Amino acid sequence: MILRRLALYALTAWVAITVNFILPRLMPGNPIQTFIGKLTGQVTSGEINAIRLSFGGDFNQGIFAQYFTYLSQLFHGNFGVSITLGAPVSAILRETVPWTVGLIGVSTIISFVVGTIAGALLGWTRGSRFDSLIPTATFFQAIPYFFLATVMLLVFGSNLHWFPVLGAYSQNVTPGFNWQFISNVIRFGELPLISIVLSSVAGWMLGMRNMMITMIGEDFVLMAVAKGLPRRKVIMHAARNAVLPSIANLSLAIGLVVSGALLVELVFNYPGVGDLLLQAVLNEDYPLIQGIFLVITFTVLAANLIADVVYLALDPRTRTEAAV
Amino acid sequence: MKNLRLPKSPKVLLGLAILTFFIIMTVIGPWLAPFDPNSTQFAPLLLPSAHHWLGTTSLGQDIFSQLLVGARATMVVALLAGIVATILSMTIGVAAGYLGGFTDDGLSLLSNVFLAIPGLPLLIVIDSYLPVSGRSNEFVIGLIISLTGWAWGARVLRAQTMSLRNRDFVEAARIIGEKRYRIMFTEIAPNLLPVLASSLLFTVLYSIGAYVTLAYIGLTSTSVWNWGTMLYWAQANNAPLSNEWYWFVPPGICIALVGTGLALVNFGIDEFINPRLRAAGLTSRQRRSLGLPRRARLGLTPVLRSASVKRPTNTRGSLVVE
Repeated sequence: MILRRLALYALTAWVAITVNFILPRLMPGNPIQTFIGKLTGQVTSGEINAIRLSFGGDFNQGIFAQYFTYLSQLFHGNFGVSITLGAPVSAILRETVPWTVGLIGVSTIISFVVGTIAGALLGWTRGSRFDSLIPTATFFQAIPYFFLATVMLLVFGSNLHWFPVLGAYSQNVTPGFNWQFISNVIRFGELPLISIVLSSVAGWMLGMRNMMITMIGEDFVLMAVAKGLPRRKVIMHAARNAVLPSIANLSLAIGLVVSGALLVELVFNYPGVGDLLLQAVLNEDYPLIQGIFLVITFTVLAANLIADVVYLALDPRTRTEAAV
Repeated sequence: MKNLRLPKSPKVLLGLAILTFFIIMTVIGPWLAPFDPNSTQFAPLLLPSAHHWLGTTSLGQDIFSQLLVGARATMVVALLAGIVATILSMTIGVAAGYLGGFTDDGLSLLSNVFLAIPGLPLLIVIDSYLPVSGRSNEFVIGLIISLTGWAWGARVLRAQTMSLRNRDFVEAARIIGEKRYRIMFTEIAPNLLPVLASSLLFTVLYSIGAYVTLAYIGLTSTSVWNWGTMLYWAQANNAPLSNEWYWFVPPGICIALVGTGLALVNFGIDEFINPRLRAAGLTSRQRRSLGLPRRARLGLTPVLRSASVKRPTNTRGSLVVE
């Protein structure tokens, strides 16, 4: 199973790379040619050459020759040069990606754990007054991430001053591996983190609740009750099985959470990929947009792979069945 | 033609009420708008008042008019993208599930690839390459959104089709010698209606989010009024940091309400598909009238056979799916 998944992700990565190559060529008026034409005089000819290479080299060559130039450039880590920032895209990404992975990774794990536990309990106590939580949770789920983040920034940041706003650490701290810096980063990360958790927790919760309700009707739960197991153990019995679809659905969810979280970064001016992406889009910085897209896609694929391994470890049935 | 009676839980009714309200707003909103949303004739940044219900922007435009006019583009694009995506996912999902073999392998692979690529970054890349004329065309934007939103539905529909393909009525149609596309679209597809409806709601929800997000980061034409462009201008003028809540809160609330409405109706469809959820969604009064225990006991979620708890005296609130 893991081999099949690996093959799928390799294929997906290839599709993403190829989309990046084909897309500008499908659009009317070849945006890349126009883009490179506009650059003359703005950047050095060496940089123009690097950009041209990252898009597949000489446009007069055959499409396959261009494609192979593009692939080999990618393979060597050449994503071109960002025109607005004047630095190689790969170097820029190396600085911003850790911020994003840290923020989104931690908040996704927190929201998954909290949502799953809450969902299991909600499913267990179905029909009780806790059910009134559901419409509220749905409302939070329906709010666009960036809007919730904006409101929280306004209320808790600039009005109540409970949290520091804008950026990932205070101007007064020098980045480095010391406690002062780390605690500062955590402090600045709190509000973005809370807003991502708030917007994504409902999805996990509702999915888990529905699975839990289906699970409770199964014979093995009845059996556990009949044996006189304490309630906590019975819930664990059902929850362990109900959580499997949630994990299997991670592949969809991670993509959605990442998309939403990119916008949260944008609202908080967090120095991650989301903020960078907006700048790139506003300035029509194509090499940067493409590089960011590829890096995000690869990261999401890696996260999916981890989720698959976890799934494999939790569900023994998948080890024998060849189902994808 | 078939009337699908949704369970009459308060959740579903609330959802339908919200959706009806916004659909009416979509239809008549632009006519109700008291002012031209582009007109800059008023004083900038007025607080909400009787004259300007939601105040004015920093350019002196009436925010309430923008909200009313913007409803149409937002809802139409979301609906268009949702419908196109659902048609795509039905065609691909049913074909994969029914035909099996290489077709299934290929189509499943395709939808798995689309599921694994994060949607929003892909949308942004596609959109950033669009010429300006494409960006201001709502149909183009809607179609692109639907391209990134069909895969999940296709996967669900494929699974559902596979559970149907060996049923007797499908077998019978096959023996009569019905053509394959006929079996797929007239025998199998009608049995997928609840799943299809749920998938449609889900994709519309996704499309609203995607469209508003694209507009918010400035990737659609900023001259077409929708709730995302309103947020874009509010953000661009630093409304959130300067406490101009009346500028950016209303469009956000509207988006969230439409989303909530869609999700609440979806609960009803979920309960329709999964009878155990149906019993779980009852209020305590409904439980009592059905003779069920007041509190759900463990291991015993009753399966309700009828979709509606009480036959309604009027037909308000029943979803008609054709």
